[in-house]
Amino acid sequence: MNDVNEEQVYEWLADVKDPEVPALSILDLGIVRNVAVTDNSVNVTITPTYSGCPAMDVISIGIRMALAGHGIKQITIDQQLSPAWTTDWMTEDGKRKLKEYGIAPPNRKAFSSLGLFEEEEIQCPRCDSTHTEMVSRYGPTSCKALYKCLDCKEPFEHFKCH
Amino acid sequence: MKLPYILRLADDALIIGQRLGEWTGHGPILEQDIALTNAALDHVGRARSLYQYAAEVFNQLPKEQQLTYFTSMAIQEKIKAGESIDEDTLAYLRDGWDFRNVLLVERPNIDWAYTVARGFFFDAFNFFYFTALSKSTDATIAAVAEKSLKEVTYHLRWSSEWVIRLGDGTDESHEKMQQAINETWSFTGELFVATDYEAAMTAECVSPNLQQIQTLWTARINEVLDEATLTLPAAGAWMQQGGKAGTHTEELGYILTELQFMQRTYPNMQW
Ligand SMILES: [Zn+2]
Repeated sequence: MNDVNEEQVYEWLADVKDPEVPALSILDLGIVRNVAVTDNSVNVTITPTYSGCPAMDVISIGIRMALAGHGIKQITIDQQLSPAWTTDWMTEDGKRKLKEYGIAPPNRKAFSSLGLFEEEEIQCPRCDSTHTEMVSRYGPTSCKALYKCLDCKEPFEHFKCH
Repeated sequence: MKLPYILRLADDALIIGQRLGEWTGHGPILEQDIALTNAALDHVGRARSLYQYAAEVFNQLPKEQQLTYFTSMAIQEKIKAGESIDEDTLAYLRDGWDFRNVLLVERPNIDWAYTVARGFFFDAFNFFYFTALSKSTDATIAAVAEKSLKEVTYHLRWSSEWVIRLGDGTDESHEKMQQAINETWSFTGELFVATDYEAAMTAECVSPNLQQIQTLWTARINEVLDEATLTLPAAGAWMQQGGKAGTHTEELGYILTELQFMQRTYPNMQW
């Protein structure tokens, strides 16, 4: 394990994808909280996006497989809740990849003052129009809402600010 | 006193999650089916975190105390065998009277208006409660509350929108929504009556002061109902209580029968 350092582990983790949004790695998503390498083991601390996010178990398996593939034998994974994950931790690169994938990225500071019934303006990932309409606050996964573009008519998903 | 309090928070989350989960595949339209099941997942996720914590606290109790803590023979057998318990033990093997959820969350779905009314009262409570609880002196509880606050904010927006849409909708939707509000109302009082273990936790600044939460909650409820052209039953109406102390309505028995069936029938089975 002498030649393994934290930087190296981060490079490997870039290959672990979010199973629900495979365009993003777990680093793009900002859910890797810490990596610690000791004599003969690697510890990775991750944070869930939503409390009941079923992807977390799959992500843990992905991390194990990726590290095992590079010869790491002792792997521990911890989950840490606080401070709570926010879409502000998604990298700019991650937001760009999301848009290319056809999902409108979170575009506001999470929990900036938005009133109870205030709606934010969402940009269509296809034609960039902001002339869009929310179809449903909830989408196929907890982290996404459904929208449609009133200009190019594209139905699309929006990764909610959280 | 901390263990019953953690269980109280966890049981609310599990039981409302189970109730909302009953809508899976039965929602009036796909988007709303998805909305309720997404919310159910948030609640069950919160229940898991809290049960894990409760199990940790339980496993540190002296063995003689563990043996009699829950009436469930399945749990007592585990303790006798020298085993520790985990989140699944608490969800799947406890008997009804050891559950500490409020009666409100065990109310049946009945129809869309009742589901919305129950959700609205509970989501508004969660919103203010978790806002305060995220400053708890217990770091684990504070972390769970901080995480959940973002989710319950979505839940509250969803249920408030539906209360307004139905209340300020057609004559029929208005009437149905008003009836659901009237009949659910008597299950809200319990939210704000502190049990001895809650009072002890409030004294240690682990849990929020319920009177303060009630003031905020009442203001929000009135604000939304006003916009929905709906009214609340007269002040001083009779309120049901008992859930937080383990005295439940018969509904809980039916919920647990379904929820616990697999583990009770095929002990230790794995999915
Ligand atoms: Zn467009």
